[in-house]
This record gives sequence, structure tokens and C-alpha cells, in this order.
Amino acid sequence: MTNDWVDVKNSDCVLVIGANPAENHPASIAWINTARDEQGAKLIVVDPRFTRTAATSDLYCSLRSGTDIVFLGGLINYTLQNRLYNEEYVKYYTNALTLIHPDFKGPVDLDGLFSGYDHETRSYDTTSWQYQTEEQPVTVVKRATSLDDPNCVFAHLKKHYARYTPEVVERICGTPKDKFLQVAELFCATGVPDKTGTIFYAMGQTQHTVGTQNVRSMAMLQLLLGNIGLPGGGVNALRGESNVQGSTDMALLYHDLPGYLGCPTDKHGNLEAYSAKFATTSYWANGPAFFISLMKAWFGDAATKDNDYAYHYVPKVSGDYSWISLFEALYQGTIKGLVCMGQNPAVSGPNARMERKALGNLDWLVVMDLFETETASFWKAPGIAPADIQTEVFLLPAVDAIEKAGSIVTSGRRMQWRPKVAESPGEAMEDIWTLDRLVKALKDVYAGSTEAKDRPILDLVWDYGDPPDVELVAREINGYALEDVKDASGEVLVNKGEAIPGFSTIAKAADPSTTACGNWLYSGYFAPADDGSGVTMPAVKRRGQKDPGEMGFYPYWGFTWPANRRVLYNRASARPDGTPWAENKKVIWWDEEAGKWTGYDVPDFSATKPPDAEADPAGAGLDAHSGTDPFIMKPDGKGWLFAPSGLNDGPFPEHYEPLESPIQNPLSSVQNNPVITVYDTATDEEIGDRVGSADKFPIICTTYRVCEQWQTGSMSRTLPWLAEVQPDMFVEIGKELAEQKGIENGDEVIVTSARGEIRAVALVTPRWRPMNVNGGKVHQIGMVWHFGWQGLATGDIANDLTPHVGDANTRIPEYKAFLVDVRKA
Amino acid sequence: MTRLSRRSFLKLSAAGGGGGGLLLLAGLSEAHARGVGDFPLHKKVGEGFTICPYCSCGCGLIIATDEHGHVINSEGDPDHIVNRGALDPKSISVRQLSNSPLRLNKVLYRAPGSEQWEEKTWEWATVEIAKRIKQTRDETFVGSVEVEDREVPVNRIEGIAWLGGAANNSEDCYLACKLARALGVVYLEHQARI
Repeated sequence: MTNDWVDVKNSDCVLVIGANPAENHPASIAWINTARDEQGAKLIVVDPRFTRTAATSDLYCSLRSGTDIVFLGGLINYTLQNRLYNEEYVKYYTNALTLIHPDFKGPVDLDGLFSGYDHETRSYDTTSWQYQTEEQPVTVVKRATSLDDPNCVFAHLKKHYARYTPEVVERICGTPKDKFLQVAELFCATGVPDKTGTIFYAMGQTQHTVGTQNVRSMAMLQLLLGNIGLPGGGVNALRGESNVQGSTDMALLYHDLPGYLGCPTDKHGNLEAYSAKFATTSYWANGPAFFISLMKAWFGDAATKDNDYAYHYVPKVSGDYSWISLFEALYQGTIKGLVCMGQNPAVSGPNARMERKALGNLDWLVVMDLFETETASFWKAPGIAPADIQTEVFLLPAVDAIEKAGSIVTSGRRMQWRPKVAESPGEAMEDIWTLDRLVKALKDVYAGSTEAKDRPILDLVWDYGDPPDVELVAREINGYALEDVKDASGEVLVNKGEAIPGFSTIAKAADPSTTACGNWLYSGYFAPADDGSGVTMPAVKRRGQKDPGEMGFYPYWGFTWPANRRVLYNRASARPDGTPWAENKKVIWWDEEAGKWTGYDVPDFSATKPPDAEADPAGAGLDAHSGTDPFIMKPDGKGWLFAPSGLNDGPFPEHYEPLESPIQNPLSSVQNNPVITVYDTATDEEIGDRVGSADKFPIICTTYRVCEQWQTGSMSRTLPWLAEVQPDMFVEIGKELAEQKGIENGDEVIVTSARGEIRAVALVTPRWRPMNVNGGKVHQIGMVWHFGWQGLATGDIANDLTPHVGDANTRIPEYKAFLVDVRKA
Repeated sequence: MTRLSRRSFLKLSAAGGGGGGLLLLAGLSEAHARGVGDFPLHKKVGEGFTICPYCSCGCGLIIATDEHGHVINSEGDPDHIVNRGALDPKSISVRQLSNSPLRLNKVLYRAPGSEQWEEKTWEWATVEIAKRIKQTRDETFVGSVEVEDREVPVNRIEGIAWLGGAANNSEDCYLACKLARALGVVYLEHQARI
């Protein structure tokens, strides 16, 4: 989230699209209601289904699952056509004025594609997407003087979105035009300086083959309305698990290293090549220093200047190793061992039966969990003969959240410490204890090895005490001084042995290898800090109630990365001249007398850079940005309405149909996202990567969650209260479709897709309604994905029906729009 | 007899607790709630603050335990800035998570082709797992690959995958990443991807 949970109370309009916070993030509804009660804010819900959040909304609007780019594109077009955008914000803070390569062409000209597409490789050459530059004498980006310049981003934006009319929204999304216009009128009214609108989204946006572009659409709309960087604004991802933000920050993802440094690839043969990937004209210019500090935390004395700080110890990726690729490799038999720490892929993965079959190819499986999950017991799943499965399984009992100490991060990036408050059962052990024993055993089995490949294990710094002390782990993540840390002038910033107060210490250090920091973004979270009452403690443990400005930022409660900032990009909360856009939307502002930014939040900007500071194109890092460039992580300091890099499927979002769709794409002849990977493994088997068609599977299906169960159910179907209130695997079906199929509420039904079939209880409700799409009637249904064969409440696995296909950029599976049929059992 | 409001009762718990409130109030048997008649607490109760392990709102809970550290109550933390004492059905059920008879309390092992689990010791399991990791790692280690006619060191293993976990603490995740990458794991994924 760019903002925080409590911050939504500052909003004038809350657009929930692709999320269901009343169900899945219940605490947030209280703050939405505070905004409604105290300042008359409106709550809009856009969703295929009339959800629990919709039931409490001011305005509900339906859309067909998988058409968010059209709906959001319609809002962008409405904003442009009616000149509802914040023009000053757009001119100064976004790349609207930036000139694009004259060869750039978009879907309007190229029937759904962007310039540079290669049909053979199914990928784009992005040369024509680049900014125009000139040498004077260093390379600078060319910007137009007026939004009317035909080569500027803004002109391209208007041309691209002109097709996304209310009529097209109605035709593709199935949303009645008048409903769409009501949403547009309400939400796009937040483009004025004293109003802010926020967008809440979750997996309803991301779990599509166009998921990344869905999210970009929201960010672009918010940039146009001037809603980013302000209280009650932002683009807010409601994350699904208690610490999925933290696990992401810690880079349990193939492509990353802690703090989003990025995993090196085979293109980065040495540290110099890896360091060159960081943009030199943004805050990322400090990336190489943060990496060196990470290597010191991991490999200590073995990481020296002479050996590129042990850069060669870090594995390099060649291509894609993400979830779907991983399970394809497992299915093909190239992966022999799997460690599964607190996750249950047997239930949660796409085309889950195929993924479970793949597990049988393992020589060994290690599961660390609280319960005997479906993954741990995949070898005795219904219909499986254990004798056929040759996999060794080690099931290690773990302790739960309240039985160990450590920190987690909310969706709002706020880190909170949990002390141990209860005892754990039997021989269940903390994860850090298990990992500690495992590392010690590995160091033993590799002891005495003289092979170069084994040095990373033997040299791994692993000294957290016995039993391991989580506070020592926290200290390493926070970062500490290995030597006196000095700046370029020789002044000591931090004494040897002390915790570093924040990542700026690493950035300022003349020699970053005098620090050891496990995650630069978390730097400061375990350093001593005041809780607002004069009591000092590690920042993450604070429970201070002080709230300067009464904005709900609560800067003395826990610690929010980065640098305890509550609102990301908050330089944009002030006008270009440094004064707040409006008195009621103040976050930070320029204090001319003091010569610094001040306010209620930590500035997300150079603290002493004045608003009228000129950019120095030859300068390093943020010196290359002017005083009106709020997006400090971007190489041009601007919010990107047009993305010249970073995306595989286009600089603007363009609508393509889900992999499985009941209609042909009405907008162009390109049916699906043209750069997605569609696998064809074992298509001759029922469980293979088969793609369904509308003649056999005419109904759109989506998966979702309910408040009373959680994820794969391993932590909810095992609890008597929760098993009792939501006991059954169900599929929710609209009344008209149910009548057509002869299904009554409570009937057992069979849901089929190209990947197989499952049984479920029919929940017949008016919450699903048929839609008129492209001239025909379309039905949608939905299933919970909480069920499996273990625990107190059991049922079939929804993901046995979902396709093995992912987004073009992130490769998140398309769980939210696939085709099925349903019949009475 | 000391009279304590609910709020000051909690504040006392916080001030004395700092890092761990477990069994903090063991000796304080005369706490009372405001507005309710006097009733002394005879049971030794420890209270501590924690954060809900389900969704990402990060709601505060107060967990009460008996002298053995077993959970006897869970309720919303009224001072918490996000939930101000309110909880959803999952959060309030945290006590059942800790007390569940289904919880694993022994290391279990399933041999190839076997129909059942066997109980094992931690010592045995960690050593055996380390041996499996070493064997698979040594068999599937890729030292370098050819990129544009040049040998580039990649130091990775393609035979071991690591998954999880978004419900683990950040410190757990950090150590998992550190270990996996030191081994050379590239198939490193978890809930955030899906």
C-alpha cells in the first residue's frame, strides 16, 4: 500500500475494485466508515459479484471478471475528456510532457499491438517505446512545453484511451452505461486539490493474465487525478496474509534479493555488471552500496573488495523460475527436493491436481508447518495409492505466531513486533530454530570440503546463539557497524558495533562494507527510537499513540518502511512551490525559514532540497532530480503515465481477453495478452495444461475467500469455531443459472473445467446476475478455494479447475477468470 | 485493594511487559474492570500483546495464558491503532490455533512407498535432511553457463526448490532467503507469487 489502513479515514471517495475488504480485511471497513461518517466520503464497489463490501457501499457496479482494463480505461478516458485531471500535478509530477520516440505506435494503429512486436518470439523490442533524449552535453530527456504536443505522453494517452468509451465499457464489461457513469462522476471528482480518492484492490486485479496492467491502470488514473502522495489517496494493495508484505520484502521470490535489489542474472557476470543495472539518476543509485552491505551480512570476512564482496557466491538466474515454471519443472522431473515452509501448494497452486502429481516426482520433501497439511500428506490424497509414491517426506512441527517472537509487516508497510505470549505443544519448534539446526547440519556435512562451490555454505555467517535469538537476527536485518562507519569527509556516522539508524547511513558511508545490513529497507526498525513519551526501545516494538496532525499516521507505533514513512511519494502532497494542495490534505510542506521539508510524516524526498532546486543532469542519484520530482525511485523522478521500460506487454494497458473467455475480443483481433506463456504439458491427460473453450465450458468462474476461513484452510479448517461456521466447499450460483440447470440451494453439484471436475454444495443467491456482454448473455459463478481433504471441515479443491497460466510480467496465475460448466450431481 | 480500570490494567501490562508480557500479572490477583462489581481474580493469568496471524490488517490482540503458558482467552487490544479492540472471527479463534489437538508435536517421517508416518527425533531429521540436500545439491549444481560465447559463473542448483512462507515472521523469511541463496537455490517462490 502507498498509504496505511488508518489513512483511509482521510479519503473523500473509496473505490474498491477487485477486493472485498468487508470480508477479507475487516478492520479496514471501520476506517472507511469513519471517512463516510466524518466527511461524507462515498464507498464504491466494482466487482463481478455483489460482495459483503458491496452490501455496505453507497454505489455498487458490476463488471465481467477479466475486464478491469476496460473499466479503468473508461475512467481514464472520462477524466481526460472532461478535463477532470489535476493539470499542475500532471505537468510537474508525471511524465505527461515527456516526448516519446517518433516511431512509437499503439493498438489504435496496430490492431491491438504496440510497435516492436515479434510474432515468432512473442515478445517486444522496446526501442520505439523509449523517451526522446538529447545530448547537452550529458543525455537529458526531452520534454514538451505543452500537453498538446503530438509526440508527448499525454497526447499518446488521449489517443490510446479515446477507444475506451462508456459504450465500449458496457459492451465488454457488461456494465450498464449509466452505472459506469455514476462511478465515473463520483470518483473522478477527486481530481480537485482539496479532495482525495483512494483505490483498494487485491487479487481480483492481480490474478489475471493482464494483472500487472490492471494495477498500472489504477496507478495511472490516480496520477491523473493527483491522488498519489496525499492522505486518503494512493493505490492500495490489500495483501492477503499477515506477513506477505514481509516475505516479499525478504525476497522469497526467484527474481529478487532482500529490499528489492534484484537477483543477479547470467547477464551480470561480475559485480560491476550487476551494479550497472541500478539507475544512476534515482535513489537506486545507492543499490550497489546496499548490496555490498547485504553481502557483508551474509558472508562476513569472506566478502572482500578483492573478490567483488563474494558476488560469485550468489546464484544467477537464466530466465524464469517462478511458480508455474517451478511446477512445470517438477512435473518434468528436474527438481528432486523441495522445502516447504508454511505453505500448502497442494491446495493453493493453479491446476492443483497436476501440481500434486508433480510432487510425486520428488525424491524428498521437507514440510515445516503447524498441521499435517494436504502438501505434507499428498502421498495419501484421495484416489492416490501410497505405494506408488516413492517420495520421502519429513514433516517438521512448527510453532504458531503467538508461540514465538518476531515481527510481521501489515499491508500498510507497518512493522510490528510480536513477543512470545504462549507455550507451544510437544516438540514443535520455532522456524529460526529449525533453520539454525539445518544450517549447522549442512555446515557439518560440507565440513572439510575444498570445492569452490561449497564455500558459500562454509562461509555463511550464522551466529545467532544457541538456541538462536531472534533479536540477533533482527539486529542483522536492521544493520550494524562492522567498523566505525565514516562519511566521505572522515566523520564517524556510527561507531563500531552499534545498530545503524537507517539506510541513509549506508548510502552516505565512504565504504559501505563497514556495515552489515540484511535488508536496507528495514534499516532503522530495530534501532533504538523514542515512542513519543521519552521511552526508548527498538523502533518496531513501539506502541506510542501520538499522532501529529491527527492524520492517523501514528509515527510512534511500530516502524513503517522505508524510514518510517507513512505516505509514499509524499512530496506530491505539496504543490510544485512546496505549499500544501489544501489545508485538509497536508502531509509535508517546505519550510523556507528552516530550509527543509517539514510536516506530519517523514519526507519521501531529499529533506533539504528546495522546491525550486534545478536538476543537475550530470549529478549522481537524486541530484539529477529537480525540486519538483517526487518519484525518487524513478530515473526521471516522474510518475509514469507511460512506461518506457519494465513491462513485457506494453507501455499502456490494453484490453485482452482472459486465456479462457466466452467471447472474441471486441477491441482488436488480438484475443489474449500476446506475450503470455501458454504451456502444453500432458494435454492428452485430463490434468494437463489444457485450455477450455466456451462451447464446452460456457460459464465464467472465479475463486474467492470468506471471512470465516483462510487461504488453503490449514489454519482455519482445523479450528472448531471456524469449521462450524463455514463447513462446506461451496459454489455460488445466480438464481437464473441455477433455475436453468435445475439446481436448488444446498444441492450437491459438479463443476467441470478443461482440467477436471470437483464436487461442491450449491449456494444459490441473487449476488450473481447474468450480464449482457457483446450482445449475448453471460453467466458467472464463484467458488471458495479454502478446502482440501485435511482438517475438521473438508471438501474438494477449487484449484483443481484453475489453469496453469500466468500474467505476462509477474506470472501470477489466472485464478479469477476461467471457464467451467456446472451440473447437478 | 487496588482498583484498576480496564485501560490502566492494560497499560500496566504494557509498561511491565516490553518484550514479553507472559505471566506478567501472575502476582497481581486483584485487578478489576470498571463498571462491574468487585470480583478478585484468583487464577494466575498472564497477558501479552500480539498481532493477528491471518489477514494483513495487523490487528492487535491480547492473549491470556495460565501458569503453564496455555492460552485461556483471546480478545481485541483496545489500544491498537488499527483495530481499536475489534476482531474478526479468525482473529478471535487464535486461541484454538494454539490449543488445537490437531497440532503437530513430533517430527514425522514417511518412507518411500510407506502408508504411514513414523515418529522421529529432531537430531535424526536434521542430519538426514542435510544429507539429502547435499546429495541433490551436489548432483544438480550448475557452476557456469555459456552466454554469448562466454562462460558466466552462475553457481546455482536446479534440483532443489524452496517454497514459503507468507505467514512466517520477517526474521524467519530472512533466514530462509539467506540459507536458500547460499545453497544456490533459484527455484525460490512463495505465496506472494500466486
